[in-house]
Amino acid sequence: MRNLFASCLCLVALNAPAAPFQDLLRQYETQARQENPAFSGFSPERGKRFYEEKRVASSGRQSGCFDCHSPDPAQSGKTHANKIIDPMAVSANPKRFTDLQKTEKWFRRNCADLIGRACTAQEKGDFIEFLAHYK
Amino acid sequence: MKKWLPYILFASTVLSVTTLLATSANGQEHEGQEPFPKVENPAWHSECSGCHMLYHPALLPARSWKKIMDGLDRHFGENASLDAAQREEITRFLTSHAADRQSNARSRRIVQSIPPDDTPLRFSSTLYFIAHHDEIPNTLYQRKSIGSASHCSACHRGAEQGEFSESTVRIPR
Repeated sequence: MRNLFASCLCLVALNAPAAPFQDLLRQYETQARQENPAFSGFSPERGKRFYEEKRVASSGRQSGCFDCHSPDPAQSGKTHANKIIDPMAVSANPKRFTDLQKTEKWFRRNCADLIGRACTAQEKGDFIEFLAHYK
Repeated sequence: MKKWLPYILFASTVLSVTTLLATSANGQEHEGQEPFPKVENPAWHSECSGCHMLYHPALLPARSWKKIMDGLDRHFGENASLDAAQREEITRFLTSHAADRQSNARSRRIVQSIPPDDTPLRFSSTLYFIAHHDEIPNTLYQRKSIGSASHCSACHRGAEQGEFSESTVRIPR
């Protein structure tokens, strides 16, 4: 009986819902494998470099993710029109990366603005991996 | 009875003149002070307040909104593009409640202040705005609590609801 109880607990633990950002990561992983058969996983270190990289926006302004989102992603950021942006780090803002449509909308806009092209699934996954585990 | 008549006449004259004066003064004060009509559209609300305060459609004429919505991929230096369905819905909403489709006094004056061959993208570039903020030095907009002249709600707390009357202005430090 005790064994049965223990194994039930185990099952419950196994079925515990994964963090919502994991859903998004899985979708980007599927895409990344299609884009690159040699895909070998997402890297928070690459995501960190991507976040911190200094870029030139399409407007000509020196910029980068950190510019509006704050150099410390656990802090709130601010748009150029003075609107507060909730933190990017999931630890500080659990709603981050729970909505694929919203996430895609902002990747579409900001990648075009800051890199001049669409981001790859690899870049998106690295970015989320970094921010999902940032403390 | 006859003794009372002049008093009554005098009192009623004073009363009606006072009422008349009060009404006309009030009327003048209220012209342009009334808030814009309440409007709502969920797509407009969520999409147009992500990066900046929510601007009421009655602030600019329809041709301005159309031009703004046609250039969202270069929206004041940033990419704010939308999918086609949302862009069309929001454009319809903005143009149908635009300043030149409004009957309120403030919108009428805004429209009158814009030359017919001009299509401003910023409300703060209209002569109406400039004339109504001529006592505000540029350095005031640069305060950290304000940022720029486009941040109406920093001083006009009810701006997002279309409330701009001077009596509710609170300039932050």
